[in-house]
Amino acid sequence: MTNQILTRMGDGERLWMDVEDVMDDIRDGCADAAQRIGVPELSEEDQKKLFDILAEPSRIVSVNPGEEVIVSDDGTTMSFYSGQDGGGVGTPLSRQQAVQTYERACGADTTSLGHSDYSYKPVKSIINFEANDYYNISQVTTAPFFYGAQPNMGLYFQPDGPCPNAAELMPLGKIEEARQAQEQACDYLADDLVFVGSKLAEVGLEGLNFDTSGSAGDADFLAALQGVERLKEKFPDLPILMGGAGEFILGMHGELTYDDKRIAGMYTIDQVKAVEKAGANIYGMAVNTATTESVPWNLARAVTFLKATTDTAAIPVHANVGMGVCGVPMMEQPPIDAVTRVSKALVQIGKADGL
Amino acid sequence: MGMAIAHIMASCMGGIRTAGDLVAWMQMTRKMKINEAKAYVAEKLGIEVFDLTNEEVMRELRKDLGLGTVTSIAGGPKGIRAKMKIAELLDIKIRSVELFKSQMGL
Repeated sequence: MTNQILTRMGDGERLWMDVEDVMDDIRDGCADAAQRIGVPELSEEDQKKLFDILAEPSRIVSVNPGEEVIVSDDGTTMSFYSGQDGGGVGTPLSRQQAVQTYERACGADTTSLGHSDYSYKPVKSIINFEANDYYNISQVTTAPFFYGAQPNMGLYFQPDGPCPNAAELMPLGKIEEARQAQEQACDYLADDLVFVGSKLAEVGLEGLNFDTSGSAGDADFLAALQGVERLKEKFPDLPILMGGAGEFILGMHGELTYDDKRIAGMYTIDQVKAVEKAGANIYGMAVNTATTESVPWNLARAVTFLKATTDTAAIPVHANVGMGVCGVPMMEQPPIDAVTRVSKALVQIGKADGL
Repeated sequence: MGMAIAHIMASCMGGIRTAGDLVAWMQMTRKMKINEAKAYVAEKLGIEVFDLTNEEVMRELRKDLGLGTVTSIAGGPKGIRAKMKIAELLDIKIRSVELFKSQMGL
């Protein structure tokens, strides 16, 4: 066996690493995640399995036959026709053509539709257009068809939205005012999530995706939880996938709670229990990739978070594996050698129910 | 786009090429974890779990049961008609199908 392994850094840079250095990074990545959430590190056997996946000399790897999982998506069909900002390849396809191509040519397990801005707030004013497209496409698709967007509470702050800007108030020491602004934004956001979800539910929505919940901190995550709760009350049969924005929820407010638990600081093992309590059907787990660490380090860390999360979850857990999450390098065009190793490790060692 | 396709090649069940969509419906409608969902679908189809991702088995089965095939067959159930069959087979409610049925007076 060669003493060096071809791998990547978290920013995608390709490099040869000594075997000992790869093992060290695996151990360190596992230890970092385990220490943060208070669970045992991956066993020696699992760490060896992870090493074997990373050391596999083939250009790409895959799971063993029979161990395949559901690969859901968050706006992948938009990547057919959108541009660089959405990771898109700019082909001249309509939304319907993109969805059907993804279903039929790519063999995806689920498909989805989303607005170019991929946030719920801008969807509100064009909801009838979105509902019309969703309904039309749902008549010709066979695989489960989601509508997805991000809660993205940042859009509710001035100058883009109605609420005082919490990020500007905090540096001025106006902590209480900043908290009030976030609570106000949280209420607006939850209302919009329910409004958009309800309108789509009325035209036969098969599944709704709250993608990257918590990106603006604990109030953002709370709004998504409340949105799930309220939609489930109105439409108990509506499947909802609620995904996180990272392994840790930022305490931009700091005092908000859900089910008597503080939201700020929730790691994935706590996030999934909150998502379960709200009534969502699937939890999407995100772990941010550190660009200055190697893929072995990032992947070991993501697998450790994932395994602990799937162990505690009563609902399916899909690991988010887009650019810069769960070990996928943070770049516009993630290398497929790294992507497939992340895919295989999260499924076979992390025990993901889906990706 | 390449990233999504890489994940599909590496880990995906195969969607309507095989039984990926069927297993996904069970996660969505019954909150089933992956092994439970696979076992449920395999039992409904009368096949081994291992064959859920076997194109050679699933292609004929999908064709026979009217679940929609990945290759486009003239006259074969597609879209909402295939989803009606899927909902019936899996004993689940698919919301688009429920709306369609209500419009048809079914």
